Amino acid sequence: MSEPLEVPLRDSGPLRIAVRTAAIMLVFTLVFTALMAGTYRATAPLVAASTKAEKLALIGEVLPFALYDNALLDDWIEVVADKELGVTDATRLYRARLKGQPAALVIEAAAADGYSGRIGLLLAVKASGELLAVRVSEHRETPGLGDYINPKKDRNKSQPWITQFSNLGFDSVPRERWRVKKDGGHFDQRAGATISARAVTNASGRALAWATQRRDKLFNLPAHSRFEESKP
Amino acid sequence: MSAYKEIAWNGIWKQNTILVQVLGLCPLLAVSTNFVNAVSLGLATVVVMLLSNLAISALRALIPYEIRIPVFILIIAALVTVIDLAFNAFLHDLYLVLGIFIPLIVTNCIVLARVEAFAAKNGLRASTLDGIAMGAGFVWVIGLFGAVRELIGQGTLFSGIEMIFPTLSGIQIFPADYPGFLIAMLPPGAFFVLGLLIACRNWLDARANQRLRDRRSHGQPSAATSVAT
Repeated sequence: MSEPLEVPLRDSGPLRIAVRTAAIMLVFTLVFTALMAGTYRATAPLVAASTKAEKLALIGEVLPFALYDNALLDDWIEVVADKELGVTDATRLYRARLKGQPAALVIEAAAADGYSGRIGLLLAVKASGELLAVRVSEHRETPGLGDYINPKKDRNKSQPWITQFSNLGFDSVPRERWRVKKDGGHFDQRAGATISARAVTNASGRALAWATQRRDKLFNLPAHSRFEESKP
Repeated sequence: MSAYKEIAWNGIWKQNTILVQVLGLCPLLAVSTNFVNAVSLGLATVVVMLLSNLAISALRALIPYEIRIPVFILIIAALVTVIDLAFNAFLHDLYLVLGIFIPLIVTNCIVLARVEAFAAKNGLRASTLDGIAMGAGFVWVIGLFGAVRELIGQGTLFSGIEMIFPTLSGIQIFPADYPGFLIAMLPPGAFFVLGLLIACRNWLDARANQRLRDRRSHGQPSAATSVAT
C-alpha cells in the first residue's frame, strides 16, 4: 500500500490510473489468450489423431472382428445431432455386415446427466436387436468413485461393471426395466456413485431403442449419406 | 543457503499446505480414494505450482497491485490449459491416466495462495523452490491420505498402478473377502482421515517442542509452542 494521495493529481489522476490498469489487464489477457490459442492450434492435429486412434481401439472392444467381413470404417453414414442419442454434433455410425447381411451397428451416444457433465458412449448393436457391448469413450466422473464406468478403472477386473450390458436386448430385459436397481430396474450400480451408473444405463437404453427402431433404414441407406429424422 | 532450506522445510512440514494451511481440500477429498490417483494428482499439482510460481515471479514487476488477483488467475488458468493440451498431444498414454486430474488443479487454491503469498514477492530461484517444496508437501500428504483410505476402504494398496507401470499390480493387504468400508471412500471418510493426520502432526510438533524445552535448563521461559490450531 503506497500512499496514493501524495502523488500529484495532474500526473496520475484517478481516471488515468484506471485507464492504465485496464490497459495492463487487457495486455495480459491478450498475451495469455494468444498463448492458449497458439498451443491449441499447435496441438490440435496431434490431439485429433490420438482421439481417432482411441476410437478405433474402442470399436475393436465393442465389436469382435469375427462378426463382420466388410470394410467397417468405410461403411458409415452420418447421423446429425439427435436428442435420443444425446449427441449434439454430427457423428458417424458404422455398419458391420457379414456376407452382405446386416450384422451390427456401431453407434456413438452420450449421456448429458453424468456427475460431472457429459459421458460419451460407444455401443455395438446387433442386427437382431441385442446390445453387443458398451464402452465409455469419454467422461469426467470423479476418479476412484464414479470412474468405474471405464473398465480399465474398475476394481472388479474379472467382471467390470460395464460388461453387464453385453448381449442383452429388450427381449431379455424389458425396456422399462433398463434402469439401475435403485430406480427399480435390472442393472447393478455401485454404492456411492449411482449417478454415473444411472447416466450410462439410461443413455445405453435410449441408444439401443433408437437403433432397433430404425434398424432397416439405417442399414439400407447408401454409404456416406446423411441420416436425418424426418420431422413429424 | 539456510534460506532455501527454510523454504523447503516450510513446504514439506512447517507450513504444509494440507496439514497446516488446510488449503486445497476440494481435489484432496475428491481424488484421494486410492494411492495411485492421489499421487498422480499430487505430481500434476507440483508441475503447475512450479510453473505458475516461476511465471508470476518473473512477471511480478509488471503486475499492478490492484489487479494482481485477476492477473494471477488468468496466468494460472492459461498455464493449466497449456499443460493440459501439451500433455494430451505429446504424452498421450500418460494423459489417459493423469489427464482427468489436470483441470481439477484449477480448483486448487494452493496454487493461487502460493503465488500471492510467495511468488509475487520473491525472486525466481526462491519462488521455484517454494513451488516444488509446497508441491512436495502436498504430494506426501495426499499420498498418505490415499494409502490410508484405500487400505480401510477396499483393503488394497497401489490398485490401478498397472495403468502407469503395466508390469506392476496392486497388492491385496486384507483377505480377498474383506467387504470394504464404504465411508472411507466417501467424503466424510476423507474428513476423518484429515482430522487424524492433523492431530498426528500436531502431536509430533508438540512432542518436539516439549523435548526442546526439557533440554533447555529449567526455569528458562519457554518459546510459545508453534502448534497450529
